[in-house]
Amino acid sequence: MTELPPTLMAKGSIVAGCLAPHPPHLVYAENPPQNEPTSEGGWEQLRWGYERLRESLSKIDHDVLVLLSPHWQTYVGTHFLGIPHFEGLSVDPVFPNLFRYTYDMNIDVELSQAIHDKAKGSGLAVKMMENPDFRVDYGTITTGHMVNPAFDKPLVVISSNRSTHYYSVEVMQEMMMELGRVTREAIEESGKKAVILASNSLSHRHFTTESEVPEDMSKEHIASHAMHLWDMRIIDYMRTGQAQRILDEMPEFTEQAIAESDGGGLTWLLSTLKVPDYPAILHGYGTIIGTGNAIVEWPCYANEGDVQ
Amino acid sequence: MNGSLVGSYVVPVHPHPLLVPEQNEGWSRLRAAFDEARDAIKESDADLLIIYSTTWPSIIGHQIQADPNPQWTLVDQDFHDLGSMDYSFNIDADFAEAWNEANHNRGLQSRTVAYHGFPIDVGSVVALKLLNPDNKIPAVIVSSNVYANRSETTVLAKACLDVIQKTGRKAVAVTAMSMSNRMFTEFIDPSDDRIHSLKDDEWNRKVLEFLEEGRLEDVAQLSRTIHQQIRVQKVVTFKPMWWLSAMNGNRNNLTGRVLAYEALHGAGGAVVQLDPTSTGMGDKEYDEDDVEYYRGERNVLDGEETTEADDPLTPSSGPALWEPPESKGAVNSKAAPKPVGMYPHARQVGDLLYLSGVGPRQPGTNSIPGGPIRDEDGNPVEYDIKAQTRAVVENIARILEEAGSSMDKIVDVTSFLVDMDRDFAGYNEVWAATLGHYGPTRTTLAIRALPTPIAVEMKVIAKI
Repeated sequence: MTELPPTLMAKGSIVAGCLAPHPPHLVYAENPPQNEPTSEGGWEQLRWGYERLRESLSKIDHDVLVLLSPHWQTYVGTHFLGIPHFEGLSVDPVFPNLFRYTYDMNIDVELSQAIHDKAKGSGLAVKMMENPDFRVDYGTITTGHMVNPAFDKPLVVISSNRSTHYYSVEVMQEMMMELGRVTREAIEESGKKAVILASNSLSHRHFTTESEVPEDMSKEHIASHAMHLWDMRIIDYMRTGQAQRILDEMPEFTEQAIAESDGGGLTWLLSTLKVPDYPAILHGYGTIIGTGNAIVEWPCYANEGDVQ
Repeated sequence: MNGSLVGSYVVPVHPHPLLVPEQNEGWSRLRAAFDEARDAIKESDADLLIIYSTTWPSIIGHQIQADPNPQWTLVDQDFHDLGSMDYSFNIDADFAEAWNEANHNRGLQSRTVAYHGFPIDVGSVVALKLLNPDNKIPAVIVSSNVYANRSETTVLAKACLDVIQKTGRKAVAVTAMSMSNRMFTEFIDPSDDRIHSLKDDEWNRKVLEFLEEGRLEDVAQLSRTIHQQIRVQKVVTFKPMWWLSAMNGNRNNLTGRVLAYEALHGAGGAVVQLDPTSTGMGDKEYDEDDVEYYRGERNVLDGEETTEADDPLTPSSGPALWEPPESKGAVNSKAAPKPVGMYPHARQVGDLLYLSGVGPRQPGTNSIPGGPIRDEDGNPVEYDIKAQTRAVVENIARILEEAGSSMDKIVDVTSFLVDMDRDFAGYNEVWAATLGHYGPTRTTLAIRALPTPIAVEMKVIAKI
């Protein structure tokens, strides 16, 4: 088959962008066959939110899920999973009582490499991860499971460069805005339809104790009123199409809400979506051991003129 | 049994000395220093390696590895291109469980983990593979809690020491940590590796100078400053030094040796040996609280707020607890349980010290090692007289130490047992292993009851 030059290929697109947090409690609460521990449920508001997101995404044709996980933390550049297939057992080092998951996933190495190459071309430090013994982080697996439990679509998995900790939120934003831009560019050139997933919570102050029954919802609430106010403020910006204000307030939000936006995922997501000025759909909000988590979808297919 | 810490080490966390020492002369020197430390540990006849690792963060208190034989293949999240690290370790699960229990006794949140496939962190894997390659010495690994402050980290060490002493172990403490932890954020050729900045290098050298002089507690007390100066603000403070210093009795008179100091992708990597042998440096001033029991922020879940019934100062059954009065000659210790009436822990008259009756209740938590003798409804329950007796002896030791006395100065003891037939043998066995060594006179009485649900209490007279 003759390969068409990029200009003649069907243009790829981002069909949806999602905030899709990864606390392993959600997988634990669902009792999927892949996870060894069992529960009596819990965190239903969020799990029903994920149900709504899955329902919504099922109506959108897409080829690949592109995910940035704050739990693959890299200090030297941004890394990409670079082998077609990963399988194994993932045990959460923080909540091993909840998450011991047997995973099996495919990677779209071609698209990963394309984003990697573009990022390198624009001056970012990047590396492909090609060690077959590498264990995929539980953040990737949790978000991957909650969005697509069958894992029947390939993923692009991007590490979280810890530039917030090394430098500042401002430097992180500069790097993630660029990574988002080249991610979009690579997707468009690939001819593929992609869903973007930022796998992070909002406010991120945990409880330091765990209930005897982890899924005891009578014990679950936001860690503090200040965290609640920040979460609602950011969600309100999402719901009213004010993504630029999220970026503007990111330094204060990240510091004051100890937000998991420090990992860069939210900035990267908004950048891939060209800082959307249309309303996002809030599928669900809830707390997990005190942290604030929102499941949010930006339906690009309905709001961007160039999306097929 | 009298266990002790026979040595302490600081080792770096990155995998370069393990996987590719030949790629850089500095990494090779770090590898040689690991080997030297390995030989020194072997010669010390240590029977336990305790790793506090900064690359194992935890949230719900501290976690202690308790899988007797964890096995896996680890790949570093950043340096995956350097290779894979197969591991199979010999973990002392019994010690891990005992440490966990000791943590609870001192008011800490902690738990053990023993799951197939649990991801042992890179710092622990590097340390154990290089310091204990044949697994001859059983090991224990503890996490670094991201929220833990100095008091929590200090108490974690003291709980560990409780178990070392009780089990008679000869332990080596290891902190897996970087000095300055700022790496280059770009990829570099191994031959170009150097400490990230002159400022980081200068701070590292100052810290190592202190350690070489055996001034571990000084480094611990500078922890927050060091963190601000040379650490990426991720793992709060330079906290491993809090743990290591408390493991060594918060001392400044150790014997220190820096075996190597090199760059690891820009971070400061050092192998330091700290021998507990006292040097002439002397024990310097001690500024911060010497906390014995952790009573910080723990109960943040709804419905678990500290209520009157939960407050250790107000036991759910039995009499209320009192603050001991500061009367003339009174000696009171924060390390001893609160009295159940208005009396001091001890009173000094001339060169004699008279202790109030001492039971096994634990300070801070008010828990009873070995369990109470009756439940909240007054029904008898099983308890361990030996554990209770040991706890009594430990409480006596704390009060004597506070007063400037010691166990060998005890003159006379009157013991009270609530069930002579059941408990005398066990009580007598613990006595023989502890107080009996010092030779005080003793009278043992059977009584009907004690104010709290305990089985044994002792009244002590000692010289100052």
